Formats: sequence, C-alpha cells, structure tokens
Amino acid sequence: MAEKKRGWKELPIGAIIDEAGSSEKFKTGDWREGRKPVLNKDKCTNCLLCWIFCPDSAIIVSNNEMKGFKYDYCKGCGICANQCPIGAIEMVPEEE
Amino acid sequence: MAINLKELSKQGDFLTSGHRACAGCGPAIALRQALLAAGKDTVVANATGCMEVVTTIFPYTAWKVPWIHSLFENAAATISGVEAAYKALKRKGKISKDINFIAFGGDGGTYDIGLQALSGTMERGHNILYICYDNEAYMNTGIQRSGATPYGAHTTTSPAGKKIPGKTQWRKDLTEIIAAHDIPYVAQATISEWRDYMGKVQKALSIKGPKFINVLAPCQLGWYYKSEDTIKIANLAFRTRFWPLYEVENGVHRITKEPKKAVPVEEWLKLQGRFRHLFKDENRKIIEKIQKRVDERWKRLKALEEAGL
Repeated sequence: MAEKKRGWKELPIGAIIDEAGSSEKFKTGDWREGRKPVLNKDKCTNCLLCWIFCPDSAIIVSNNEMKGFKYDYCKGCGICANQCPIGAIEMVPEEE
Repeated sequence: MAINLKELSKQGDFLTSGHRACAGCGPAIALRQALLAAGKDTVVANATGCMEVVTTIFPYTAWKVPWIHSLFENAAATISGVEAAYKALKRKGKISKDINFIAFGGDGGTYDIGLQALSGTMERGHNILYICYDNEAYMNTGIQRSGATPYGAHTTTSPAGKKIPGKTQWRKDLTEIIAAHDIPYVAQATISEWRDYMGKVQKALSIKGPKFINVLAPCQLGWYYKSEDTIKIANLAFRTRFWPLYEVENGVHRITKEPKKAVPVEEWLKLQGRFRHLFKDENRKIIEKIQKRVDERWKRLKALEEAGL
C-alpha cells in the first residue's frame, strides 16, 4: 500500500513534507471491521450533518448533495449512521 | 456569521482523508471543523499528541494548510514566533494578505506540559488563536491521567480498583485560567454543537489579539465507548452541564447555548467504560459528588453571566 521508501540521500532536510494532503495516498478503508455505511438516497435530505461529523473526511458532497462514501478511507466508525436525523444511513455487514 | 454547511462543503477539506486516527476520533472532528471555519489562509502549529502523530506519519501529511510541529510544550511559543515573523514580513512589504494563526494542542500539551508557553503567549498579546482539543487524558501514549481528566475517571495511571475509585482529584478549569489572562476572547465548545463551535472559531479569528478555545473532543479508546457514540457523548456532556458552552469576551461571561433542561450527569457517565466502576453500590456516592460539583460550577457560571462579569 505504501510507496517505496526513500533513502536518506533523497529525504528532505528536516523531514519536511512538501506535498499537501499526501495522506490521501494511504488508504485507511481496510481498517473497517466488518461493517460499512450505506446511504438510502430516497430518504436523504442533504442536511450534511454526516459530512460535518465525519472524522475521516469520507463523505462525498458535490453540488450541495450527499453523494455517498469514500470507502477507500472510511474506517466504519458509524458516527454518520448514528447521527443521521432521519435514518438514511445504515451500517451493513460487509465481506472481508 | 452564520455557518452554512452547503457553502462550507464547496471549499473542500483542509484536513484530508488517510490520516491514522482511530475510527470515530473526536479530536479529528474538532480539527476538521475548526479548519473548515477558518478557511485556507491559515497557518497551524501543532503540539505533540494524538493529532500531530496521526496526521503526519512521514512521508504523508493530512494537512492542506502550512503546518509546523515543534515539541509537546511549545506549540504556543512556536505560533508566537510564526506570527512575529509574519508581522516583520508585513512591515517590510513582503506580504500583504491576512493570515490566521492557529495552534492546536491536546489537553496534555495544553493543561499540563504546554501551560507556561501558552500563558506567555497570551500575556505577550500575540494575534493568534490557540485551540485545545480536550479528550481528558494522555491518549496517544496509552491513556494516562492529565490535569483535564475528570474526577472518578479510570485511566492507566488512576486505575479504578480496591485502593482508588479512578482519579481522586478534580480536573482543573483551564478555560477560566486562560480567561484570567484578561485576553479579548476565551470560549468553551464541543464538537456535537458544531454551529456553536465553528461560530466561535470564526468570531475568535475576527478579533485581534490572543484568543483561546477549549473544545471537548471525546476519545472512544480512552473513554471506553463504541466508536459511533462520539457525537452522542459530546452532546450529553453539554446537556448534562458537565461541559457548559460559553464565552468570555473582554472579561464578560456569556452562555452561548444552554440545554433546555439539564440531564443528570449519570446519563453521560454511564455510556463510558472509564466511569463503569462508579455504578457499583459502594461508589454511587461519587456520582452524587460529581453531580453536586457540576451543579455548583453551573451556578457559578450563571451568577457570573447575570452579574455581567
């Protein structure tokens, strides 16, 4: 999953990380322990509470609409399903 | 300054995915919400702690704003230096735009280890905002008690057992300690009440001088609860009045959001494994003691507000 490690000669002085947001290369989706959030689009009112409460910035929002989840990063904590005021998000079992 | 989630969602995140905080991490939510409120023209200094570690495991960073880590004790001193350098560059005409300077520290790096650097920064009057994400113990190193750990909580260095029923000291009231520095803006917030919290971040950043926000951010690992309950527990901390939401602007206390009816503190305690031992018969009196303390603190805050102090 991780890229090839750089040798000491290639490392930046002071271990500066010069690429903003590079952690997106590290996929945390495989941390999920057997359950993932699923959206019921018919119920969703796009209030975006799931988006503001997600610790992993894993809710996809475009044009003011909740579009689903970034499963590459979602750790399956279940906060979105727990906080959705109308029950439009359900945590469902997933296969390994 | 109304907070509109749809508008905010258009600017994208400044704390990206792929960081390695636990599932359901409260402090990660505290950082994300603060950055969304602050916007892209922000520079961050971060004390050692959970959030520093999980967001910047080399060679990756989850930050999309300039970010600097120094040590556990000196995030406030570091951001002071950054702000002073910015002022010098501005004086020389090398930079013109307005930039927000924010330091983040956990309760360990703020209540305890970073307190003297923070106090100095506040006293010197730097134009910065310090946000303490308070998860009430040293979680990164394995749940050791801190000055922020509440009375009765089990941690690995205040273990509940036959000798002691969890921590036997009251937590220190850091918000009031910082307010005593007589700075323009001090506030207390929590992540479940995001509109209140993000509004406080924006208000703080609109004020010149040193500002401080103490944001309660539950930790599923150290508070021993299920990962989906982070927001629920933060909300209960507010509704039980364990964690009042208020601000101190120019020395005047104001409660910013008040629970309609106070929920007994027991409702908050019982969701967390770190307080489980308090529900044994011989320890029930400790819950009463905690409730009494919560009521007294609330009464004090109300009195300050009513007196316009």
